[in-house]
Amino acid sequence: MKANCWMGRNTVEVQEVPDPTILNAHDAIVRVTSTAICGSDLHLYDGYIPTMKKGDILGHEFMGEVVEVGPEVRKLRVGDRVVVPFPIACGACGACEHGMYSVCENSNPNAGMAEKLMGHSPAGIFGYSHMLGGYPGGQAEYARVPFADVGPIKIEDDLPDEQVLFLSDILPTGWMGAEMCDIKPGDVIAVWGAGPVGQFAIASAFLMGAERVISIDRFPYRLRKAERAGAETLDYEKVDVLDALRDMTAGRGPDACIDAVGMEAHHPAGVAHAYDRARQATRMETDRPHALREAIMSCRNGGVVSVIGVYGGLIDKFPMGSLMNRSLTMRSGQCHVQRYLKPLLGRIRNGDIDPSFVISHRMRLQDAPRAYEMFKHKQDECNKIVLTP
Amino acid sequence: MVEEHEHPIPPLVRALGWTSLGLGVAQLAAPGAVSRLAGVDDSPKAFGAVALVGVRELFHAATLLSSRDPAPWVWARVAGDALDLTLLGRAIAGRTGWRRGRVTALAATVAVVTATDLCAAIRASRHRPKERSARWMSLHAAVTINRPREDVYRYWRDFENLPRFMTHLESVRTTSDGRSHWKAKGPVKKAIEWDAVIVEDRSGEVITWRSTGKATVDNSGSVRFTDAPGGRGTEVRVNLRYAPPGGKVGAAFARLLGEHPEQQVRDDLRRFKQVMEIGEVVRSEGSPEGTRALRQAVQRPAQPVMSGSAS
Repeated sequence: MKANCWMGRNTVEVQEVPDPTILNAHDAIVRVTSTAICGSDLHLYDGYIPTMKKGDILGHEFMGEVVEVGPEVRKLRVGDRVVVPFPIACGACGACEHGMYSVCENSNPNAGMAEKLMGHSPAGIFGYSHMLGGYPGGQAEYARVPFADVGPIKIEDDLPDEQVLFLSDILPTGWMGAEMCDIKPGDVIAVWGAGPVGQFAIASAFLMGAERVISIDRFPYRLRKAERAGAETLDYEKVDVLDALRDMTAGRGPDACIDAVGMEAHHPAGVAHAYDRARQATRMETDRPHALREAIMSCRNGGVVSVIGVYGGLIDKFPMGSLMNRSLTMRSGQCHVQRYLKPLLGRIRNGDIDPSFVISHRMRLQDAPRAYEMFKHKQDECNKIVLTP
Repeated sequence: MVEEHEHPIPPLVRALGWTSLGLGVAQLAAPGAVSRLAGVDDSPKAFGAVALVGVRELFHAATLLSSRDPAPWVWARVAGDALDLTLLGRAIAGRTGWRRGRVTALAATVAVVTATDLCAAIRASRHRPKERSARWMSLHAAVTINRPREDVYRYWRDFENLPRFMTHLESVRTTSDGRSHWKAKGPVKKAIEWDAVIVEDRSGEVITWRSTGKATVDNSGSVRFTDAPGGRGTEVRVNLRYAPPGGKVGAAFARLLGEHPEQQVRDDLRRFKQVMEIGEVVRSEGSPEGTRALRQAVQRPAQPVMSGSAS
């Protein structure tokens, strides 16, 4: 089959690789019908997630048709149409029992590697480094899906791929980002990053009853999307975000701040950006935490900072004093996608949200190398790319 | 966790070790200054001699600070002192004036140090570890399994199940009256076999076993099962004690090959948890055999495994 493989920093290649086979009794093989490139794939592309290996198949947002099931699979049958969540979860461990699917205790066979960096290991993730399992991803014609009875959700009606594909990651991720804010009537929510996850966080915050949502980014086309969703916008290259947010909230600060940016943030001041960029390039910190720092500093006293942007390792100059002295709560996590599949599919079906609005480009799997370049450099107002094998 | 039955280094020995380190570094870094201070800088050989003594001091430092049984190494230092005193005696004989004064002062200092070393050596010899227990390795590891205690106990109690999650075991055959025959893959693929008996067996609580007769690897082990608090399942704690083949050298060699015993036990328990909670060992294309220390060091790319070639 054809698959999009990571071949080193800034290089992906569509290669001919063997077809997947059942390795565990709970596996299913899915013929991929749609797959997307995620902002977090760019962290891999840019070489900031450790333990990648040449030849690794990328992609953790995919859906398709079941073509084979292992002997222990009970709920899925050949021919079923499914969306596959990006975290791999067993459904039987203590974490899964409590709905903490992205920290499943059994799905990462390379847990020892993750423990060295993080103390304990999170769940395995499709196409997202060996430290997180060494599982091939879904930017391919076929994919093996472990724990087929736990993760994939069957799509039984005629909703098109484009409306349900993002159940795999970015829609529930944005949703969880807003949910962690404990939104109450009157709340003002600030969202750093107006990429697809930020856009879904904005939409989710409104659905949860936020009074106002303020979106922070620097790309006009993204800010326009945020505006269309009803958010007020700030271009951090034009205004001082901390000041502007203080002003917009009459001195209080936003009730909750969502970091939908993660480890490769940009800073409007050249010097500050160069500082973190240099430390990251020399591996003195793995992550550039500018958005996170600003989210903490901006949040109102006693508020919540919700982190859904991906971080890989260590950060520098973390404003712990601000967090502690001002009674802030920080919540974070890779999305526990399995938890949100059914309720969010329900919301798509009843028209509360049509996630396909984030798509800007549709390309073929073979075009993945060009697609990654476009997405990385935000060419042609590239917001979200869907690939079809 | 691994414990190799460590004995703490006595403070005096440790102090001597650090002194050697300081002296050695000074003598190697600035042999000229040291020989001037000692008053022997008039001799063309002094420079080289001081550096050589420096190397010896570093050797003392390394052995004193790292050895679990420092006694022989403290005696080595005493021998070094004797050598130094001889050299200094010859240096005194060949010199006059201020140089002679300096060398004599140095010799007096070395004599005091010699007395200290002698004292430390005698003490260390008296308090040597009685049993040569450094030969024994003991490891423990623990895991929480989201299953009732009885189920977890029962699965382990059937030793024939163990090879399903202990990858270094090839097979375990149980015979009557609590006896069993174990076959394992050695670190360099040499099969190791032994018989074991159950020493203690309390249903749902603990199983203890030890090898009998002439085992290649003398070993014993216990596994304890307790209820995890708040309905979190069962806490499983494993203790293993064994004499690695080839003693400490063999153990170090196995570690070099990636067979770190601690990692192995922890991996075993991780797989045990998988088998108990989901019925099988979880595999990825990067680690097709499932959790394994060696594989984690050398991953396959995350690409489908060709059927019939899981390597």
